[in-house]
Amino acid sequence: MLNPDSVGRTFAGTDSITISQSEIDSFCAVIGESDTQVAPPTFTIRITLSQFEAFLTQPDVGLDWSRLVHGDQKFEIFSPVKAGDVLTCDATIESYRVAAGNEIVSVRSDLHRAGAVVVSAWSTLVVRA
Amino acid sequence: MVHIGGASMIEIGTVLPEKVFYLDRALLKQYADASGDQNPIHQNEEFALSVGLPNVIAHGMLTMALVGKYVSDFADGAANVLEYGARFVKPVIVPAGEKVDLTVAATVSEVVDGKISLTLSATSAGVKVLGMAKAVVRT
Repeated sequence: MLNPDSVGRTFAGTDSITISQSEIDSFCAVIGESDTQVAPPTFTIRITLSQFEAFLTQPDVGLDWSRLVHGDQKFEIFSPVKAGDVLTCDATIESYRVAAGNEIVSVRSDLHRAGAVVVSAWSTLVVRA
Repeated sequence: MVHIGGASMIEIGTVLPEKVFYLDRALLKQYADASGDQNPIHQNEEFALSVGLPNVIAHGMLTMALVGKYVSDFADGAANVLEYGARFVKPVIVPAGEKVDLTVAATVSEVVDGKISLTLSATSAGVKVLGMAKAVVRT
């Protein structure tokens, strides 16, 4: 179970992440996108999901990642991500509830480039009963 | 600059052309590597069955990435996609040796201030897989 005291906490990613052209190319190849100048709209999930996993499975937060399913996902893109971007990510646990034994956690991530937000993303994650 | 199959008028209620994507196990593996999401429910049938799934299922985010390609095409490039969200209502089921469809369409729901909002639909084998799927693009 998630520690309810975690709601409202913001976790700062420690390392900056440099986006490579090859990882954009690989993502584009899956969806048949020939324009690799900017990353596809959902590309940054590659960063945020692993950051969420790192934050939410910390012992003092306690989410069980092994029974997780993705409920919904939203992106707001202020500036497209490109190769060479150096990004940092922070994540905030916005809400938590338990319904029929399922844990429902809403998490927001903000990706920053040189101090400015480039992509905000909201994920609802569900730990199945 | 938005173009839609040569049509010049985009207004509320305009229905955009349908596009069909095809998914198979190889594409799921390719997405797992590209996204970093190596959850075995998307690759290993025995594991998927053991956790109560009907078969291997596609990553919800793969479905969303493909629908995102549809949005980018409409917007004349990913750089013009401002907002995009969806709820994962049913999985896309991908049996071994098969290619399953992901059929995508959209309706224009709002046109304001240089922005167009789309309400998206996505089905696989006739089943709705995304709910509340919406995008906002820059014109």
